Amino acid sequence: MNCDTALSMKNITKAFPGVKALDGVDFSVKKGEIHALVGENGAGKSTLMKILSGVYPAGSFDGEIILGETAASFYNIKDSEAAGIAIIYQELALVSQLTVCENITLGNETCGRFGVIDRNAAFAKAASALKRVGLNVSPAEKVVNLGVGEQQLVEIAKALSKHARILILDEPTASLTETEANNLAVILKELRNEGITCIYISHRLREVFELADTITVLRDGRTVCTVDKNDIDEEKLIARMVGRELKQIYPRKKREAGDIIFEVRNWSVFDGARGKNSVSDVSFTLRRGEILGFSGLVGAGRSELFMNIIKAAGETVSGELLLNGAPIDIKSVGDAVKNKIMLATEDRKRFGLVLSMDINKNISLASLDKISKRSVIDKNAEIQNSTRFAAELKIKTPSVEQLAGNLSGGNQQKVVIAKALMIKPQILILDEPTRGIDVGAKLEIYNIINELVDAGVGVIIVSSDLTEIIGMSDKVAVMHEGALKAVLDISEATQENIMRHATNAA
Amino acid sequence: MQREEMSLYKITVNSFKNNFRQYTMIIALIVIWTIFSFTTGKVFLTPRNLSNLFLQTVPVGILAVGMTLIIVTGNIDLSVGALAGFCGAIAAVLQVKYQFSTVSVIFAALGVGLLIGLWHGFWVAYQKVPAFIVTLSSMLALRGAILGVTDGMTIGPMQDSFKAIGQKYLPSFFSKTPHFNDSTLILALVCIALYLIFDWKNRNERIKFGFETLPLKAQILKMVLISIAIGAFFSVMIFYQGIAYCVLLLMAITLVFSFVAGNTVFGRRLYAIGGNADAARLSGINIGKNIMRLFVIYGCLTAVAGVVLTARLNAATTSAGTNMELDAIAAAVIGGTSLLGGEGTIIGSIIGALIMASLDNGMSLMNMNITYQYIIKGMILLFAVWLDIYNRRK
Repeated sequence: MNCDTALSMKNITKAFPGVKALDGVDFSVKKGEIHALVGENGAGKSTLMKILSGVYPAGSFDGEIILGETAASFYNIKDSEAAGIAIIYQELALVSQLTVCENITLGNETCGRFGVIDRNAAFAKAASALKRVGLNVSPAEKVVNLGVGEQQLVEIAKALSKHARILILDEPTASLTETEANNLAVILKELRNEGITCIYISHRLREVFELADTITVLRDGRTVCTVDKNDIDEEKLIARMVGRELKQIYPRKKREAGDIIFEVRNWSVFDGARGKNSVSDVSFTLRRGEILGFSGLVGAGRSELFMNIIKAAGETVSGELLLNGAPIDIKSVGDAVKNKIMLATEDRKRFGLVLSMDINKNISLASLDKISKRSVIDKNAEIQNSTRFAAELKIKTPSVEQLAGNLSGGNQQKVVIAKALMIKPQILILDEPTRGIDVGAKLEIYNIINELVDAGVGVIIVSSDLTEIIGMSDKVAVMHEGALKAVLDISEATQENIMRHATNAA
Repeated sequence: MQREEMSLYKITVNSFKNNFRQYTMIIALIVIWTIFSFTTGKVFLTPRNLSNLFLQTVPVGILAVGMTLIIVTGNIDLSVGALAGFCGAIAAVLQVKYQFSTVSVIFAALGVGLLIGLWHGFWVAYQKVPAFIVTLSSMLALRGAILGVTDGMTIGPMQDSFKAIGQKYLPSFFSKTPHFNDSTLILALVCIALYLIFDWKNRNERIKFGFETLPLKAQILKMVLISIAIGAFFSVMIFYQGIAYCVLLLMAITLVFSFVAGNTVFGRRLYAIGGNADAARLSGINIGKNIMRLFVIYGCLTAVAGVVLTARLNAATTSAGTNMELDAIAAAVIGGTSLLGGEGTIIGSIIGALIMASLDNGMSLMNMNITYQYIIKGMILLFAVWLDIYNRRK
C-alpha cells in the first residue's frame, strides 16, 4: 500500500459562541486507505468534516489543511470539490425528481455553447460513473424510484464523476439494509484498490473493524489517537471513545423508587420517510421517584419513540401504554396533554416555542383552559401565573411580556419547561434538556428536575451526553437502531458499558 | 419636572419604535388625506365625502377582518370576493323573485356562507390541500355559480328593509337637519366614555398586580389622543346624516373580532398555529379543528359582506365582489399582517382597508384615469410591504 499522506489537518481549532467544538485536532489520512473516524455524539466529527469540505470556510477556524504536499484553503464546497474532496451526508442530497444522469451531472453539466446540455455526453459520463460503483440502473431512471442503498451509490458515482480523490462518508450505512451495507463495503474496497481515499464516519464498530485500515478517535473536540485497526480491539476502542471529562457537577439525589407509574409495552414505530421501522418492540417501565435516562447514538430512535408515544410523529405499528397501571389510549398530542404526559422537545426553536409570541403566552400555550373562563382568557391571571413560573425557574428577563425569541438558549429551554410544568404533568419527557446551554443554567435545570421527581412527577431524560445520563438517572435505557438493548441500573451504568450497548458491540 | 419631560419624550420615541407599523399606517393615512384635500380642492375632507368613504370601506373592511385571521394562521382565502357576490346574489334572487322577507334572505345568505366555509375547512384542515388552491377553485366555481343563480342579469331592486342595511343612517332623536345628528353624538360620547373607563380600569388592575404600565403622563396623553381620534371619526358622521347602519356593523365586527383575536383561547391558538405550527401541535392544540372553525366563521362573515354589498347597490350584479379578495388581502398586509403567519391585528387591517378605500375615493374625485389608479394602488402595496421588511431587517 502506498504510504504517502493524502491529507493532513493540523491543529484545527473551531469555536462556536459558547463552545469549543474542536480544540487542536490533528487528523492525517494516508493515500488509498479507508480511514474510520469515530467518537461519541458531539465529539467533533461532523465539525471536522465540515471544515474539510469547505462548509466552514477558511478563516472561520484556526489550523491548517495540507492536501498532498500543499496547504489548501477552502472557502466553499466548490473549492474542496475542485481539490478532489467529496462529502456524502447521512441525509442524501439528491434531487429526487431528476434522473440519475441529471443528478450525477448536476452542477457539472456537460454543455455546449449557450448552456444547452449535451445529453449524449452526459449519459456517457453518468453510465461510466455508475459502472465504477457497480450500480446497474439506467441513467434515465428517476432517483425517486431508487432504494436508499442505490441512491447512496449514485451519490458516490456523482462524486467520482467530479474526479474526487477523497470521499467522506458520514454514517453511510445508517439507513441501509444489511445486504446494501455489505454491497457498499465491497464497492468501497474496490475504490480503495483504484487509489481512492475514503474517510468513513460510523457508529457501527463492527463495520469499522471490517472495513477500515486506520481508525482515529475524537473525544470532546480533541484527537485521542490514530491507530492501525490491527492494533486495537472493540473493547479498547470504546474505552477511548468515552471518558469525557466531567465538566459538570450533577446534583444527584438518593430516592426510594416507588410504584410503577408509566409503562410502555412492545412499542414499534414505522417511519414513512425512511420506509422502515425507526423503533422496534421497545418496552420499559418508569417508577415514581426515579429518573429514567435514555441513551443511544444519533439515529438510535429515542426521539422517534417519544414523539410517537405522544402521537406527534411517525406511525405506531404496535404498542400499549399504561399510566398508573391503567391502559390509556393516546390518539393525539391533545390526548397526551389531557393525560398529563408532556414532552419538552429537543429542538426548542422548531418544536418548543412560538418565537413571535411573548414568554407569557408561550408558557400558557398548553394550558389555556386553566386561565380562561368560557373561552375568554383572563390576561391578568395569565401574566401572574407566568411571572410566578419565571421566578421559580429563574428565567432571566425584565418581564414575561418580552418576546421568547429574544431570550438566550438556556432561558428559552426554561420557558419550554415552564410550559410543560403548567399542565401539572404526571410524566415529563425531556429530550436533550440541556443541549447548547451554559453550565450555570444546566445546574438550575437539574435542580428543577430533582424538585419535580421529589414532587412525584415521573421524569424521563433523553440525552446524548453520557455524563448527564449517568449523573442524573437512576436507571439508564440504551437504544441501538430502534431497539432497546439494555436497561442498566445506575450502579452498572459506566460510560464503557453504555457505549458497548449503544454501538451494539459484542 | 425636567426629567419627567425627558422620560415622556423617551417613552414616545420607544413606543414609536416598537409600534412602528401601526404609527406609520396612521401617518400614511393622514398624509394621503392631506394630499387629497389639496388635489381635490378640499372636497375630500368634507364630512359628506368622508362619510361616503366610510361607507365604501365597509364590504372590504368586513372581509379584511376575517382575512387577517386567515393570514395569521398562515393560510389565504382567494374566494371571498366571489363568495360575497354569490351570497348577495342568493339574497337578491330569493327576495326579488320569490318575495322572501329580509330576515329570511339574510339567514339564507349566512347559511350559504357557512356551508362554503365548511367545504373550505374540510379541504384545507383535513385533506391538507393548500388553502391557496382550495379557495382559488372556489373563486372560479362561485363566479360560475353567480351567473347561474342570476341568469347573467342584475337582480333588483331590493325591499326597503334590506336596502336600509347598506344605505340608511341611524335616525336623530330631535335634530331635524341632516348636518347635525344627535344620536350619533350620544353614541360617540358613549364610545369615548367606555374606552376611557376600560383603559383606566385595565391600567389600575395591572398596577395592582405589579405589571408594567405606562407612566401616568404617557397614559393620559394616549387617552387624550385616542379620544380625539374616536371623536374625529364620529364627528364626520355627526355633521353628515349620522352613522350608517353598515358602518355601525363594521365597528361591531371589528370590536368582536379584536376581542376574539386578543382575548380568547380560540384567537390565541390561531396566532400560535401561524407562529409555529409544530410548537402549537406539541402543546396539544388541535390544528385541524381550529382551522376548520376559522373557515366556517369566515364563510359567515363573507356572507355578511355580501349582504351589505347587495344592499348598497340595491341589486345583485354578476360582477359583484370582483377583486375584493385582493383588496382584503392588500388591506391586511398594509395593516401589518405577516404573510408568514403569526402576526397581524384586526384594527391594523381596518386602517389598511381605509387606506385602500381612500386611494380609490380620492383618485376618483380627482378624475384620475383608471389606468393610473390601478398602477398607483399596486405600487403603494409594494412600497408598504417593502417598508415593513426593510424595518424588520434593521
